[in-house]
Amino acid sequence: MQTGIGWRALGAVAATLVVVVLAVPLAALLWRALEGGALGPALGSQLVAQALQLSLLTSAASLTFALLCGTPLAYGLARWTFPGRGLVDALVDVPVVLPPAVAGIALLMAFGRRGVLGAPLAEVGISLAFTPWAVVLAQCFVAAPFYVRAARTGFAGVDRDLEGAARVDGASPLAVFRHVTVPLALPSLLTGAVLCWARALGEFGATIMFAGSFRGRTQTMPLAIYAALESDLGATLALSTILVVVSVTMLAVARYVTRRSASEWRFW
Amino acid sequence: MTLPLALTVCGTSGSLSTPPGPTAGQTPEPAELVVLAASSLTDAFGELAETLPKQASFAGVRILMGFGASTQLRVQLEQGAPADVFESADAAQMELAVRAGLIKGTPNVFARNRLTVIVPRENRAGIASLADLARPGVKVVTTARDVPIGGYTLQTLSKLAADPQYGSGFDARVLANVVSEEANVRQIVAKVQLGEADAGFVYASDITARISADVRTLEIPERYQAPAEHVIGVTRSVRAPVLAQRFIDHVLAPAGQALLKRHGFLTLA
Repeated sequence: MQTGIGWRALGAVAATLVVVVLAVPLAALLWRALEGGALGPALGSQLVAQALQLSLLTSAASLTFALLCGTPLAYGLARWTFPGRGLVDALVDVPVVLPPAVAGIALLMAFGRRGVLGAPLAEVGISLAFTPWAVVLAQCFVAAPFYVRAARTGFAGVDRDLEGAARVDGASPLAVFRHVTVPLALPSLLTGAVLCWARALGEFGATIMFAGSFRGRTQTMPLAIYAALESDLGATLALSTILVVVSVTMLAVARYVTRRSASEWRFW
Repeated sequence: MTLPLALTVCGTSGSLSTPPGPTAGQTPEPAELVVLAASSLTDAFGELAETLPKQASFAGVRILMGFGASTQLRVQLEQGAPADVFESADAAQMELAVRAGLIKGTPNVFARNRLTVIVPRENRAGIASLADLARPGVKVVTTARDVPIGGYTLQTLSKLAADPQYGSGFDARVLANVVSEEANVRQIVAKVQLGEADAGFVYASDITARISADVRTLEIPERYQAPAEHVIGVTRSVRAPVLAQRFIDHVLAPAGQALLKRHGFLTLA
């Protein structure tokens, strides 16, 4: 029994270490943000307001793209067989594990002014670099896969017999999708959407490399945190605090959503 | 903003011949020297980190270099980053470090620099003169104004605006063309080299052999130049004080100055 207690104590110490590593930085950030009294004025500063507005707009645009284009893709991957399906399936997973700096370089090589697609676009006068569209593109690249993966799992888990029954009762394919498939897959869809939005909101590496950093145009909250660190620690703390609050809220929403049973979600 | 910096061009000649290692009655110095330097020094100091340990006075010493915007390095120093030597691309950041008690003794100016404008090799925006930088639609990249190159750029722009040839408002028109504030001068170089940006103000020393084929240069006449100075000092938290001073002495000595000159810096002599 002696050794059993020893192992348990060791396990407890190890577990505590992880909790300390996770909790102390967040607590320290909030404490530093709140103690100085700099949070109030910083929250009202133009730097913070512009970054917040840009982050909300671009991440909303990225989420919209993921929902509109990612839903059919996820459905196709879950239900259909087509040539190259395995390849597409794997491709969707790549950005999730790819370092964002690599994503930034890849986007430059594709959509930069000398890029594979960017050069012809530049010929016709379309230049993405240094525009909010570049921010959205970077966010879509890194974040959309989070939604597609979750939605794919959600669609794959829907009982085909329920859909079949609805079809027998005379529902059109679109009606079945809207009234049977989506409600049943909704917890997965919502969780995926929350993860996608959170990832888009936090995007840094690909954005700073591909979109640059300019106030009100491409400087999202994570970029503003990085830029302000050299001149305005108060703004850095305020922006970071906002992102912590938003992230924790989204996490809570995601958890709440996944705990509700599918039958409780009927929006249509 | 200038500092009353002592221009001690040669160090204590005695220390150069002393090999590193324990001195009687003192704690032994670590055989490691950490230097935080402005990103414009990436190549010059990078070469020093490789070649100095081959010399007797740095034998067996590992020289670690951290490069970034001088502002960023100063903040790192404030937050307790372990470093023996701090180099800033302007006097302002060094003065802030001195005021914060981060620097031991008096820092030295060891080199100067010239500003120049670079455009991508293909120069699609057709920039043929400094005046073209103010043309609407030209994409200019710079840094935040606190980063040395960003501050010097503003000084040069206001000097240009004071000249009737460019006209008042020239600086504002160029700044209206700024599409991105990059983290440091080497990021400006990269954005122009990639062709993403149409133009950027950088140091003459940034146009290295690796870059020169990808960019074209517009010279900035002497009368519009900002007084770009490189300043170096030993940190308060120095762990290898003898090595740190020896490094600074080397940079100020003829061999170090020759190396800087080779990398495109203006030397003191």
